[in-house]
Amino acid sequence: MTTPTATTAATATPGFSLRARLFRPATRQKLLAFASLIALMVFFSFASPQFLQTDNLVSILQSTAVNGVLAIACTFVIITAGIDLSVGTLMTFCAVMAGVVLTYMGMPLALGIAAAIFFGALAGFISGVLIAKLKIPPFIATLGMMMLLKGLSLVISGTKPIYFNDTPGFTAISQDSLIGDLIPSLPIPNAVLILFLVAVAASILLNRTILGRYTFALGSNEEAVRLSGVNTNFWKVVVYTVSGGICGIAGLLIASRLNSAQPALGQGYELDAIAAVVIGGTSLSGGTGTIVGTIIGAFIMSVLTNGLRILSVAQEWQTVITGVIIILAVYADILRRRSSNKH
Amino acid sequence: MIQRRAVTTTLGAALIGLSGFAHAQQAQEIYIPLVSKGFQHQFWQAVKSGAEQAAKDLKVKVTFEGPETEAMVDKQIDMLSAALAKKPQAIGFAALDSQAAIPLLKKAQAAKIPVVAFDSGVDSDIPVTTTTTDNKAAAALAADKMAELIGKSGEVALVVHDQTSRTGVDRRDGFVNRIKSTYPNIKIVSVQYGGGDQLKSTEITKSILQASPNLKGIFGANEGSAIGVVNGVKEMKRNGKIVIIGYDSGKQQKNAILDGSMAGAITQNPVGMGYKTVEMAVKAIKGEKLPKVVDTGFFWYDKTNIADPKIAAVLYD
Repeated sequence: MTTPTATTAATATPGFSLRARLFRPATRQKLLAFASLIALMVFFSFASPQFLQTDNLVSILQSTAVNGVLAIACTFVIITAGIDLSVGTLMTFCAVMAGVVLTYMGMPLALGIAAAIFFGALAGFISGVLIAKLKIPPFIATLGMMMLLKGLSLVISGTKPIYFNDTPGFTAISQDSLIGDLIPSLPIPNAVLILFLVAVAASILLNRTILGRYTFALGSNEEAVRLSGVNTNFWKVVVYTVSGGICGIAGLLIASRLNSAQPALGQGYELDAIAAVVIGGTSLSGGTGTIVGTIIGAFIMSVLTNGLRILSVAQEWQTVITGVIIILAVYADILRRRSSNKH
Repeated sequence: MIQRRAVTTTLGAALIGLSGFAHAQQAQEIYIPLVSKGFQHQFWQAVKSGAEQAAKDLKVKVTFEGPETEAMVDKQIDMLSAALAKKPQAIGFAALDSQAAIPLLKKAQAAKIPVVAFDSGVDSDIPVTTTTTDNKAAAALAADKMAELIGKSGEVALVVHDQTSRTGVDRRDGFVNRIKSTYPNIKIVSVQYGGGDQLKSTEITKSILQASPNLKGIFGANEGSAIGVVNGVKEMKRNGKIVIIGYDSGKQQKNAILDGSMAGAITQNPVGMGYKTVEMAVKAIKGEKLPKVVDTGFFWYDKTNIADPKIAAVLYD
């Protein structure tokens, strides 16, 4: 998938000093987010004997995979000070396209995977063009794409789920466990492995390549970048295209997990993804952010959801508590920034 | 600093409160989580209240969860796996997509946790029983009411939500078979499918009315179909001349019954469904033999009994 390009890019660019990176504000936010994640896990472990069991930990990992990948896609866009509301329905659209290629057309598995990523990138490219060339604000452009893609998924699938029963091996993408085959006591599903591969690739892309450098630059001061002779429109389109391709991977993960492309699903998933990004310390005003932070943010969301369920907290209160935690996480970040500015 | 400490303290207090709550719950003996198709919709809230009533009567603990929309299959799977992680004695489950849930249901089976399916069945023999509305019998009651209201003779039609889903097929067959077996003078002139979509069902109704000037009655097999029939009849200015019978409730349908544009409707018994699900789960835990399907009941309601407390309790807006 994206790994080969990313690795070549990494070897081509020299690394930054580890110490310098450890003391960046973004790194400290990451540590804070990580500490919150650990605190939550410790709390839930004490509160319920069922929380810290392999089965449950595996299901937390499993339930993070899709949101994690979508949040990575969002991170790129949010760092440019943009927003992408279409990631949830784009994920569904990609799942449906994989269904069309595999189930309707009976093509081999590899083509289905390629189709999902291709159509994701294509939709991202269109969003990018709408935003960069036609100057439609990202919120509106991606809101339009969100609806358009949701409708297309329903139209193409005939509003019915497309099952992958005729494609042996498709459910293996999410549900089987390569790690578990090697180490039987660690039955981590492939979906999680893919999440981490995507995270590593995205991290390299963001920190070690020219695309990453321009992603941050666009978010910090787009005008200055443009005046220095960089084709900002081009790079913006590239960012949205990459983000769309990553949504394609999320589409494969969810379709594989459900053994079906569920065409009505997807709306609302963009908000979970954005929440994970923000909890992970990426600023909605652009210019800062890390993939590691985003992954931690995604885990905080799913640990919280799972833990509250394990404690049998009433569902309406689960939602209230999740909202409070999001606000507290972002507020803690603001306090930290304020105090670090004073010193 | 002070602010930060305040935040930490508040969080800590909230968490301690929560853990106390959690420990209190663990003291309970039998625990049965219900994972439903939905949560916010009034129908599911009614199922929930039935389940809670049963929990009180049978002295067990239940929880009730469902995804925000009936599209969120993956969220429901997450809920089911969290429910299983709590090692409950039994579990109630209304599958959004039976196929997607099979791996987890197998896990439940391996852990010897009996699964009671509710609302709609699961395509698998893992559930020990299914508590659901007998849609065929309910639609047959609608046919009896239709016959009574049109004087046991004349032409009728059906607007059904779809021809593939279990409920669509059962409601259609239940109605059609009863008319054929019991009322020889009633003729079914048309059975059409509108996907439960109000607008589509309206158009279908208009074309049925156009084609059959002597039509006496139409049965709308779910909420959307029934509203569509009411609208279609109104748009064709045939109101008062066509007997309309609906299914389920909802504000529009209740209003149509109150203002006389609809003769009456069948309502399922979501409260009873919740109650029976918990009751069956408790029986399963005790190792009792259960029937394959448990009918949770249904009622006929019209202008005369819509305010009756027993009926009002199972209707929703």
